[in-house]
Amino acid sequence: MDDLTQLSLTEVAGALKDGQVKAVEATAACLDRIQATEDQLGALLYVDAEGAIELAEKMDSEGPDLEKPLWGVPVTVKDALVTRDMPTTAASRFLQDFRPMYDAFVVDRLRKAGAIILGKNNMDEFAMGSTTENSAYQTTHNPWDVTRVPGGSSGGSACSVAARQCYASLGSDTGGSIRQPAAFCGCVGIKPTYGRVSRYGLIAYGSSLDQVGPLTRTVEDCARVLSVIAGWDERDMTCSPRDVDDYVAAMKPENLEGRVIGLPSEYFGEGLSDEVREGRDRAVAALHELGATTVEVSLPSTEAAIATYYIIAMAEASSNLARYDGVRYGHRCEAPKDLQEMYTLSRKEGFGDEVKRRIMLGTFVLSSGYYDAYYKKAAQVRRLIRDEFVAALSKCDCLLAPVSPIVAWPLGAHAQDPLQAFLMDAYTCPVNLAGLPSLSLPVCLGSSGLPVGMQLIGRAFDETTLFSVGSALERSLPSIGSPAAVDAE
Amino acid sequence: MAQDIPAISREDVLHMAQLARLTVDEADVDRFARQMSDIVAYMDVLNSVDTSDVAPLYSPAGHDIQYRTDTAAHVRTREQVLANAPDRNENYFIVPRIV
Repeated sequence: MDDLTQLSLTEVAGALKDGQVKAVEATAACLDRIQATEDQLGALLYVDAEGAIELAEKMDSEGPDLEKPLWGVPVTVKDALVTRDMPTTAASRFLQDFRPMYDAFVVDRLRKAGAIILGKNNMDEFAMGSTTENSAYQTTHNPWDVTRVPGGSSGGSACSVAARQCYASLGSDTGGSIRQPAAFCGCVGIKPTYGRVSRYGLIAYGSSLDQVGPLTRTVEDCARVLSVIAGWDERDMTCSPRDVDDYVAAMKPENLEGRVIGLPSEYFGEGLSDEVREGRDRAVAALHELGATTVEVSLPSTEAAIATYYIIAMAEASSNLARYDGVRYGHRCEAPKDLQEMYTLSRKEGFGDEVKRRIMLGTFVLSSGYYDAYYKKAAQVRRLIRDEFVAALSKCDCLLAPVSPIVAWPLGAHAQDPLQAFLMDAYTCPVNLAGLPSLSLPVCLGSSGLPVGMQLIGRAFDETTLFSVGSALERSLPSIGSPAAVDAE
Repeated sequence: MAQDIPAISREDVLHMAQLARLTVDEADVDRFARQMSDIVAYMDVLNSVDTSDVAPLYSPAGHDIQYRTDTAAHVRTREQVLANAPDRNENYFIVPRIV
């Protein structure tokens, strides 16, 4: 085989099990690809090439384990997930020298499934951002056009997957941080239902919103990785004890006859760019060809979702990030004169501007005199948003909506205006408020030559329908091909 | 709430920073005040939503929260717990003198 990185995860996992491909060959192919592309892309904060090869050689000497669904498959994980053998920084200076003593639940699941973890992906600091530009360490570039952002906050994960540095990556999604970078980089990503995947070992941002999920190059690959990481864990009390459905069995139905797909009218109004609208039209046409019917549904509180989301996310962030005090781990300033100065200077030096703004605004909305007007009000609107989703999903199997109103924008476009960046989350953050699952997949290249992504939003714990409809849609749409910017050689 | 919405002043930024145990450089205060004012002003959109008689929703978990059994166990060694400390001795984290 010329280039093993051209295979999907499903294909390489099959070839590894059959012994057609050695774990060390798949690992070396990804490491070579990282070597060849990383200078241009900056997708990874840490790569453990030696450790990965060593593990692959050991696995090859023992032979394939058919019980392990990801045996020998090279993957990466977002640097918000703690790893016992690699640094974990959440792209923050505050955690520059942090070496976790344990694996996140999902990292442990990957290892037990036989995956080989190559390294840690760049991200927005503490997952706060939608471009990966808020990383304290480096800029990640979009593999389709290196002058553009890869999206965020899981931008490094999406970039690595799209550029074939690995077969899958894990990201986290608080307000769109898996789905939007997947859409910008032309790959597939799912935010599972709140409670489907344990967050044990995920560095917390907004605890009533955060979910971990996979980014991959195909819908089937995504289903396979979610099957590995989903399930109950007593160390995350929001984790559900429900059985995990057989996602792979739901794949690639013959057609979508009898399926009803809802189109929320509020998601197709002003602000949607022509090329994203065209992507929506193509997806709807493909659904009709497959035999599905579409119905218009309404989510009237959509306009209030961004404000609701940011109030809740920033409030939770201000509480979650209070743990970074410079006492037990992380950054401590030089020679503080007293305890107070140790806290305030360590945090000033360790956090970037976006993190500071969100902590201060979160403190503001929770403070005496403003709590009812902001935080409680947002929680009330949150209920309306959730109830509207539940009502809409009672009329259909899932919803189809754009992921972002526009395709990947130029690096630096929102550097001075954080509010403008927030407004781009209009179509992704309502799903986190409602706790529902959503699968993002590429539907076409827009007139700019950049990928356009759509999301399928489902009922709680009905990831199966999303994989079924998503795989049918993927098969009926022409492939968008490979990112040109890193394949020009 | 509309008429009560404050633009964020310099003093507000410094007060929030103090509550959140952050130091903000003098040179950054005005910029933070402007950016935070824009964001807070935008939150005004919530006024247009009628939430009378709507109970707040703080968690989207529709399922029962699972509590684990309260049993003591040695999960980490002392050395592991102290391994990332910026300053320590054999058995303790060390912080600046408090009293």
